[in-house]
Amino acid sequence: MDNNYTFSRKTRTFLMALGGIGIVLMLLGYFIESPNGQRLWTNFLINNLYFLFIALFGVVFQALHKIAYSGWHTSLQRIPEAMSAFLPISAVLMFLLYFGMHDIYHWSHENLHDPILEGKAAYLNIPFFFIRMAIYFAGWIGLGYLLRKNSLHQDLSTDVKYYKKGKLLAALFMVFFAISSSTMSWDWLMSIDAHWFSTLYGWFVFIGLFVSGIACIILMISFLKSQGKLEFINKEHIHDMGKYLFAFSIFWMYLWFSQYLLIWYSHIPEETAYFAPRLNDHTILFFTILVMNFLIPFLGLMTRNSKRNLKWLSFMAVIVLVGQWLNIYLLVIPGTIGKAAQIGIVEIGFVCLFLGGFLYVVFASLAKAPLLSKNDPLLEESFHYET
Amino acid sequence: MRRYISAYFEDEENLLRAAKDLREKNISIQDVLTPFPVHGLDHALGYKRSNLPTVAFICGAIGLAVAFGFQTWAFVVDYPLFIGGKPHFAIPSFIPITFEVTVLFAAFGMASAFFIVSKLGPGANNVIHDERITDDHFVIIVDLDEQGNQDENVKSILLNEEAQNIQIKEIES
Repeated sequence: MDNNYTFSRKTRTFLMALGGIGIVLMLLGYFIESPNGQRLWTNFLINNLYFLFIALFGVVFQALHKIAYSGWHTSLQRIPEAMSAFLPISAVLMFLLYFGMHDIYHWSHENLHDPILEGKAAYLNIPFFFIRMAIYFAGWIGLGYLLRKNSLHQDLSTDVKYYKKGKLLAALFMVFFAISSSTMSWDWLMSIDAHWFSTLYGWFVFIGLFVSGIACIILMISFLKSQGKLEFINKEHIHDMGKYLFAFSIFWMYLWFSQYLLIWYSHIPEETAYFAPRLNDHTILFFTILVMNFLIPFLGLMTRNSKRNLKWLSFMAVIVLVGQWLNIYLLVIPGTIGKAAQIGIVEIGFVCLFLGGFLYVVFASLAKAPLLSKNDPLLEESFHYET
Repeated sequence: MRRYISAYFEDEENLLRAAKDLREKNISIQDVLTPFPVHGLDHALGYKRSNLPTVAFICGAIGLAVAFGFQTWAFVVDYPLFIGGKPHFAIPSFIPITFEVTVLFAAFGMASAFFIVSKLGPGANNVIHDERITDDHFVIIVDLDEQGNQDENVKSILLNEEAQNIQIKEIES
């Protein structure tokens, strides 16, 4: 059986066309909607964060299962490995943010005469912002690359040392990610509303990352299966991915509500200032996000059969992915564009371009190595996996 | 009085094979007792998936309705109080309690349904075929009266799969 994925000309053309449509829509939107710089930079940030999160989850998924001594995931680990290939591109794009700082981050202006922001200046200043960014990306890309390289080496050798080294790298990544996942969400998202803060915010963003990453892996499995690949991934693996999607949708809602309830209860103007514009100016979007990210997957994936049906699961994954995009959209826009924000041609163009680029990179990376890794001591367990 | 045959195994592989053999020859198995969960036994015995999740969902839904309804009635209709300037019908403050009661109802509903379906719980009359059955032995129990005159047949199948000990008991039912 052929375990290699070939990045076919058809898929290649389709993804390029998707990116092309994105560029056309962006140009079209540029002339029709004449967006200002702020709207363009906001879109840039939203999409770059969204796809960075999915790519980052590729490394998180590997590391998480490696340090938990999990066996079932070993037959599908090439997919998250491929997803993490987008990280370097995401890093380059994120540094372009230097030119759009002032459009998004209010604190980046000089001479604000704002005592609150002056108090936070030791952390929120432009040089340190980019130093932190460099550290995050160095850690994520470096450890992600080493994990991938280790996995490829393991294909060629039966030596158990690669398995042990993988564990070490995974543990290092987890420690690094535990801290950086929190601080990155403060930097890129929470500091948009620089006066406001929430201690739960990092967790909330992290779980959003988790959910969208799982949904992305499900769709990748679905796509590869439709190409006649991955016959070693059976219903049991799909069932587990379904459980992940179900459980973390609930957990996402749990954290969302934990944050909301406390702010709603205490009713302090400094804190409610965050939810007031979201609830009042974007009411429909506000509740749509809760329905798409919680209610639909919660009811739709409750039964065992729904989690084992790949078509239905993929449908749910699409809903959750769109829901998570809208979630990030609503995290960003009230602090930047505000009331006037709406989803128009420009937004759709940005999404198409980023999606095309992301998938192109991921599939190109997927084609570079066999879809089934070899010589992992836990691989046999994965074939006989039964929930 | 009903007659039961109980066969003792020391190995779960033999137990699984014996269960399959019996089912292939259309002999229904009354019960199987094991000291730990045996992988694939449900499948070998041809058990259908239990309906417990449905029970849990229905009980949970009732719990949700009861908790939310009661709080709404108490805070809005029966005894409205102003608390911290919040509206009487303050949905966010109802949610934690609604969640907890949903879980409570689902848990109690599942436990009760389990007891009723498997005839367990207080007052249940449980037959103990042997003292050792949940210590270190795997046991298959077949109701002989149900099978018609097949005593020797059942016995030979069980012995064939290396049953360590076979007993026939008459038990008041």
